Amino acid sequence: MNVLIKEKADAKNVVTIFVEGEVDVLTAPQLRGKLLPLCQNGTTIYVDLSKVEYIDSTGLGVLIGAYKAQRATAGRLILTGMNARLNRILRITGLHEIIEIEDQTQGDGNNEGTAC
Amino acid sequence: MNIDLQKQYERLLASYIHDTREDHLYGAQQLSKWIIQQRVLPEEVINFHISTLRKVLPDLPREVKVSFDFLIEVMIGYGLAYQDRDNLVSRQQELEGEIDVAVRMQQTLLPDCPPPLPGVEIGVLSVAANRMSGDYYNFVDHGQGSLGIAISDIIGKGIPAALCMSMIKYSMDRLDKQPLSPPEVLRGLNTVVEKNVDSSMFITMVYGVYDSLNHRFCYATAGHEPGLVYRAEEDDFQDLETEGLVLGVAKDVDYPEKQVTLSLGDAIILFSDGVTECKVDGKFLRREQLKQIIHDNIELPAQQAVEAIYQKLFEMTKYNLKDDQTIMIIKRVE
Repeated sequence: MNVLIKEKADAKNVVTIFVEGEVDVLTAPQLRGKLLPLCQNGTTIYVDLSKVEYIDSTGLGVLIGAYKAQRATAGRLILTGMNARLNRILRITGLHEIIEIEDQTQGDGNNEGTAC
Repeated sequence: MNIDLQKQYERLLASYIHDTREDHLYGAQQLSKWIIQQRVLPEEVINFHISTLRKVLPDLPREVKVSFDFLIEVMIGYGLAYQDRDNLVSRQQELEGEIDVAVRMQQTLLPDCPPPLPGVEIGVLSVAANRMSGDYYNFVDHGQGSLGIAISDIIGKGIPAALCMSMIKYSMDRLDKQPLSPPEVLRGLNTVVEKNVDSSMFITMVYGVYDSLNHRFCYATAGHEPGLVYRAEEDDFQDLETEGLVLGVAKDVDYPEKQVTLSLGDAIILFSDGVTECKVDGKFLRREQLKQIIHDNIELPAQQAVEAIYQKLFEMTKYNLKDDQTIMIIKRVE
């Protein structure tokens, strides 16, 4: 369980956050602490999840909190690097309809061998 | 200061100084339990020690005597830490007591057992990972042989999830007065949840109405883990179609109604994400594995089946289920 968050100022008001490891009830507060303060003044935030092995409902809650904060300030929250399992979770929860997702090319999570 | 304790200490120490026998040391061990029980501070024990030495060894060198003053100063810190610990233990006991009350209250939020429905067996089992659960289920009488069935998973677990559960429970209680369609139920609950929960909280739910006259289950889902339908004739499973945003994220959300009809021996299996996210040998349980476990038990009466499925999962995860688990089976038997 380790969440490593890196910020990279790509351009004005654009921030990329790289998340690594498992985002669960223990590590989600770290992500919240880093992500939510960025949600202001119409920022565009890319959250790169390509190195996330697992995200539980608490982690999903952090992304929802960031989405709501961004919506309130006309900012954007964009998830990138989604693996099959994350895609499946976003689809089941219906969040794929409201949260921007970039690069959904890594399968739909229904393949044999993925978790249920 | 406890005089009896002090006398006992003096007697034992004096005996040991004169004759260093093992049984005196054993006596000291027993005395130490009594000292802890009586909440005697470490520096007081050192005082017992000095006072005994003064009596037993009146010619004790001054340097040794004063060294105990030094030791007392050092031990005062331990004494304070011990008192802090004592206070924490008392506070912990108070909290445990409060949680006991909350656990009993939470149990009253869940129905005792599924209500009877003609030609249908319903089995349900909900087990908290810790003491309080974030999983919820409910049954709502829709009259004329129809029963509303809800299963819900509240983000996280423990006390915050349990508080959220009571909100869902009381919102659903209003449904008894005026049964609504599944999309209407979810739309109404979404409005309540969206207004009343923290921005990072959300709830998933399946709400369906089982009509025992035609064995049709009309349902809507709000981001809940897809359930399964067991088809007895094909001896196979289908996924229960799901579509709909979790509760509490956005206003004015529509939840499309779906339906499934059961033939004799068919069953609907609903569960919380604690079931699907449990780990077996370090890997997440695969949906095929879950289907196999359900398949192995589907011939049992519904209540026995959910209990057997839970037991199997419990064994497979080496008795280490980390999330709340709820399993419900709705089976057509006539």
